[in-house]
Amino acid sequence: MNRQNIYLIDLPANKTAKIISVSGGYGLQRKLQTLGIREGQVVKILSRQPFRGPLTIKVCGSQITLGRGIARRILVEEL
Amino acid sequence: MKKIVLMGNPNVGKSVVFSRLTGVNVIASNYPGTTVDFSKGKMRIEGKRVEIIDAPGTYSLEPTNKAEEVALKVLDEADVVINVVNATNLERNLYLTLELLEKDKPVIIALNLWDETHHLGIHVDEKELEKILGIPVVPTVALTGEGIKTLVTLIKEAKSNPNIKPTSEEGRWIEIGSIIKKVEQVEHRHHSIRDRISDLTIRPLTGLPIALGIIFLAFWFVRLIGESLINYIMQPLFDILYLPFVTRIGEFLGPGLLYEFLISQTYGEINFVESLGMITTGLYVPLAMVLPYIVAFYFMLSLLEDTGYLPRLATLVDSIFHKLGMHGHGIVPVFLGLGCNVPGMLATRALETKKQRFIAAVLLSIAVPCMAQTAMIFAIFSKLGTDFKYAPFVYISLVFITLIILYFVAGFILNRFVKGDNPEIFLEIPSYQVPHLKTTFKKTWMRIRWFLKDALPWMFFGVLLINLLYLIGVIDFIAILFKPIMEGVFGIPGETSVVLLTGFLRKDLAVGALLSFPIGTFSAMQLVIVATMLTIFFPCVATFAVITKELGLKDMVKAVLIMISAATIVGVSLRFILLGV
Repeated sequence: MNRQNIYLIDLPANKTAKIISVSGGYGLQRKLQTLGIREGQVVKILSRQPFRGPLTIKVCGSQITLGRGIARRILVEEL
Repeated sequence: MKKIVLMGNPNVGKSVVFSRLTGVNVIASNYPGTTVDFSKGKMRIEGKRVEIIDAPGTYSLEPTNKAEEVALKVLDEADVVINVVNATNLERNLYLTLELLEKDKPVIIALNLWDETHHLGIHVDEKELEKILGIPVVPTVALTGEGIKTLVTLIKEAKSNPNIKPTSEEGRWIEIGSIIKKVEQVEHRHHSIRDRISDLTIRPLTGLPIALGIIFLAFWFVRLIGESLINYIMQPLFDILYLPFVTRIGEFLGPGLLYEFLISQTYGEINFVESLGMITTGLYVPLAMVLPYIVAFYFMLSLLEDTGYLPRLATLVDSIFHKLGMHGHGIVPVFLGLGCNVPGMLATRALETKKQRFIAAVLLSIAVPCMAQTAMIFAIFSKLGTDFKYAPFVYISLVFITLIILYFVAGFILNRFVKGDNPEIFLEIPSYQVPHLKTTFKKTWMRIRWFLKDALPWMFFGVLLINLLYLIGVIDFIAILFKPIMEGVFGIPGETSVVLLTGFLRKDLAVGALLSFPIGTFSAMQLVIVATMLTIFFPCVATFAVITKELGLKDMVKAVLIMISAATIVGVSLRFILLGV
């Protein structure tokens, strides 16, 4: 199997993925973690807003809207 | 007195628990960040009085915005902590629980939203959780009151757990992982209708048309309910019951100063709108012209809040708001501000940086009219002798379109020039809830009461002040003094300066003052200019106090300069566009 790590922003719609790592400053990492975005969690993209708008994802039992810059820092593995 | 503090993640129902415990009603909604300040209340536990404090929600004990800073400050004073936990999302909520336990304060857990776990197929073994954490755990459904009694009787059992030592983040998550394995089981569930609605309202292709539809419907309903309340209830009440009563009082008083102040400027002639008497206009404007719209607006707002729609709207408008130096959450202060600018101003606390808060506050004060003002704007344009049926609608639209354009243009400019960060949106989207009608009505009623408590004394005072100033000639003096500016710069009568100054007291009173001028003083287009400038020019004194408190003196001065420049620029532009001179 050829599994590649991609950034969350590149994850196709309706595909689930596992979070491999989150990069960024301590503050951002902590903020993401407390909402369940951390290593090993499974994510799915629910919607993408146009004009570089935010993504809404499902993770750890809740839905979260986050900006694309943040989504570029989350490395995932497609499942 | 012992202090018991409610702590928990945002939107887990702390405020509902608080209301249940203390009987003190606070606003609770279905979106994170409703509570941005703490509220205090008292209750008795086994005969002893204790103080209960409702803190803003926080995901961890390291604050990321102003509201979370408030939560931390409150925690420091706590003797006992009630940790309200969302039972449907135990894993994430336990992080704060562990942090709280590391603080060595006595903690008790309210496992709230317990009923939701059944719908979602989540099984939580609360007894096991209690054993592992070594503190009492009580399942609750705060909305219906289930479990609250047990919670109260067990507050005295709250304890700290010396086995839980301060550790790293990593350590906490590992600990949580092992706890979850022991206490939680999740059944696989298929997509429910609720999930499907959620998807439809957040995907751009379907979400944007739905958003436009919802906003349009909401305002249409506000107008419909407001107008019906006026035409079928308030107007008849005043005409049939109150008018004979005031007339009788008038006859008793006879002509004189007292009559002029209390009832009407001209003896024997009572017109509720124009008479400018304390017990005529002073009561009629807030009760019969504004209150019906306040009722209608807050009912709609409460519905929108309780369903959980607002965070979805925030997601949809995020890219536009980003260009204005905020992110999607900036829509929340706008919605609250359309009711009253004061709570709107407080809601800016949920934004993360100073830049975002400054821009949100300035735009709110220049471009968002409160419902009291909006109601009066509806009233003046509906009263115009109209040439065609839709004229009032056209004039009202002109005012609002100007304000919307101003919101975006000013935001775009401020984003360029205000220094500071504008971080991206990062917002939890709550699941949809069917609004609990009783709660919605109660919340609407609370807000109406605030309006009455705030508006009535100010209206009385305002009417009195205007009468006094008229009497000693100050009003005429101001009108003459500013006449060159008003006529020369904005193309509107000199009397307008008085209206703008009255706006500082209360905006609805100011628009009301417009109605007291003889017909023909203003052309319809001039009224459009005055109504628009009145919104932009200066906030009312209550809003002004909150801005100063939230922004600090220096930024407030900047904000005032922006307000005056914006009002001038818009006023002059409108003059050229609408009056053509």
